[in-house]
Amino acid sequence: MLRLPRFRYLRPQSVAEAADLMAEHGEQAMLVAGGTDLLPKMKRGQMEAEILVGLGHLAELRQLERSDDGGLRIGAGVTLSQIVHDAALARLYPGYVRAAALVSSPALRNAGTIGGNLCVDTRCNFYDQSYEWRMAVGFCMKKDGDICRVAPASKRCRAIASSDTAPAAMALGATVTLVSSAGRREVPVSALYEDDGQFYLAKAADEIIESIQLPAATDWSSSYVKVRRRGSIDFPLAGVAVALKAAGPVIEEGRIVITAVASRPLDVSEAAEPLVGCTLASLLEGQRDELLTGVAASAARPAKPLDNADLHYVWRKQMTRRGVEQAVREAATALLARSA
Amino acid sequence: MTNTTSVPELLSYTLNVNGRDHQVSDAELGENLLFVLRERLGLRGSKNACEQGECGSCSVLVDGRLECSCTMLAAAATGRQIVTVEGLTPSGDGLSEVQEAFVAEGAVQCGFCTPGLIVSVSDLLDRLPLATELEIREAISGNLCRCTGYGRIIAAVQAAQHARSAREALR
Repeated sequence: MLRLPRFRYLRPQSVAEAADLMAEHGEQAMLVAGGTDLLPKMKRGQMEAEILVGLGHLAELRQLERSDDGGLRIGAGVTLSQIVHDAALARLYPGYVRAAALVSSPALRNAGTIGGNLCVDTRCNFYDQSYEWRMAVGFCMKKDGDICRVAPASKRCRAIASSDTAPAAMALGATVTLVSSAGRREVPVSALYEDDGQFYLAKAADEIIESIQLPAATDWSSSYVKVRRRGSIDFPLAGVAVALKAAGPVIEEGRIVITAVASRPLDVSEAAEPLVGCTLASLLEGQRDELLTGVAASAARPAKPLDNADLHYVWRKQMTRRGVEQAVREAATALLARSA
Repeated sequence: MTNTTSVPELLSYTLNVNGRDHQVSDAELGENLLFVLRERLGLRGSKNACEQGECGSCSVLVDGRLECSCTMLAAAATGRQIVTVEGLTPSGDGLSEVQEAFVAEGAVQCGFCTPGLIVSVSDLLDRLPLATELEIREAISGNLCRCTGYGRIIAAVQAAQHARSAREALR
């Protein structure tokens, strides 16, 4: 059976204290909230930590409040299930709620938090294996080894960005508040990620995500399309988040973020520019299919999937294009229904 | 001044399981809830399969919330109400409506996933007694069954729904 290795568990009384502990213990320490990513990975030796700093018990991380600008501030410790079952949230941010609903299984969404999902580890067929498997095949640079097994000439790790909620939050223009012993800062969600499967988080290790801020969504709708083998549990093999703005019948602005086809979620919103000025109806009634195909092709162009996930990487790239088309149609449908 | 508690490596605590307090002594910090339930408290209904949160055979209710007991530290479950498959029958023996339905519909083959499914389905029917087939599929999507192909499991859930509504109607 898989057992957790020995570790120390610290139970801070506030986020500020947790940040101090992270600063004090440096690389020995890791944060844990829901534990659904960390604990299995500690069992498989993919993650090692002498000290775990617990966040799951902190009520201050579980607040959900309206901000002054009409947006929403959600504590990082709110569970994915709470997001999924919040009807008001689903009306305002359907893409974000959909992304949360498609994470893993009901039991894990009951434990997993939205802050944890933003930080969820990158994935690779050569890394998401037991210690014995990795030892037999040869360790990779993400853990215990020094080369990339999927692209041996690569100087960096090619593991895949696997958070569903990160691209959805990016498409909404969301920000996160980070707390460290040095203070507090607010950055766009997109600034959380590096183009590196091993060092995929751009935040300092002692910075804790305190909350995520979703801006006001008046005149916006959003959608998220996830490609995977099974309808549940699986991480994305490709993911597309779209947000569209239309006060009336005409699209005014669009954002597209693709994920699971690189080591970080990719903001490809420039590809959405041809949608501006299109009427929702023409897009949905098939009069703009060529334009939409073009948008999808340019949105998927930066996708560089490699042979390190389930299903074929060429197919994953094709599905990224199809995902863009589907996600744009879904967001447009929601906007049209609202204007009718 | 810090108020951080450092949890000792060997610890003793009380777990409330199926309405009863159980004393756990000299347990290691790294023991997950599934291990403590099975090996220390002798409650072997919850099954140990993937141990990574992927299969659902260790499903339990913690404060009324469905969770994988293998990805939860047992020490983190103190002060919370844990319900295992053993605690789903009101009197502690006999079978619950959901269990009866699983037997009657032939939803059990090798049986290893069954306790986890019983917990997930009981949780679903308490929250959504009239769950649609789609809602049923969604609710058990974290429970892997390699034998049945799920058809008979879904039939069993629907049979349990009928049994429940018939009982309600008789009240």
